Amino acid sequence: MSALEPGAVLPTLTYDVTREQLVAYAAAAGDPNPIHQDEEVALAVGLPGVIAHGMLTLALAARAVAEWTGGAEVVELGAKFTSPVVVPAEGAAQVVVAGTVKAVADGTATLALEVTCDGQKVLGAPKAVVRA
Amino acid sequence: MVPVDTDVIGRRYPAGEQHEVTAEAVRAFAEATGATWSEGDPVPATYPIVAAFRAMTAFLDAEGVDLSRIVHGEQRFAYERPLAVGDRLDVELVVASLRAIGGNEIVGTASEVRDADGALVCTGKATLVHRGDA
Repeated sequence: MSALEPGAVLPTLTYDVTREQLVAYAAAAGDPNPIHQDEEVALAVGLPGVIAHGMLTLALAARAVAEWTGGAEVVELGAKFTSPVVVPAEGAAQVVVAGTVKAVADGTATLALEVTCDGQKVLGAPKAVVRA
Repeated sequence: MVPVDTDVIGRRYPAGEQHEVTAEAVRAFAEATGATWSEGDPVPATYPIVAAFRAMTAFLDAEGVDLSRIVHGEQRFAYERPLAVGDRLDVELVVASLRAIGGNEIVGTASEVRDADGALVCTGKATLVHRGDA
């Protein structure tokens, strides 16, 4: 567990996302949207291919927060899904979660996150607040 | 694309049924993110989406919106307490805003997730992008 001191840079974590995982996430989250599983449907609605659920990407950010903080209680978590994570039929997309401690006050720590795939930010204004 | 009627603003959409947080469901959710999970571990912070998604589905079904035309634009949660296995959750979604941008409709929603005692567990704010014809 990293010390949650203001300005602390947290270790960057990288997570693979595969098509198989999208199917498992869709079942676990109860989200049957075919844009996360079916290339034809995804292309038909104008997407660049099968994309990860935004909430799966946010779940990976939450996973990083849990790893950094030793499973600290999360008070706030959120992001905009600004750019899709396109998941190839073979292999995996890699979601990279970087973070810094922005502020520590009133028993909570605010973490600023940067979540990228292929060098492009995929979450907008991602933010997590945990009990510290 | 059939536009969503502006009358929906302020309308409330409860999820049809209570969602019970079981160890099996939490484990499946955690494992789908590539994590391992054992009973006693914290429930993943994004897990409330499982319950919230049911209320979103109730809204989309009621308004005749095709799920494949929906992309999640934004999600923010504020938590009153961590979820626990055994919680039974009720969710109600309210449509907060509706605007058209570049052929898409942006639907702003707010959800309340409550436990079996009616106590607030977390609130969610979500933006759903209803995509126009490609």
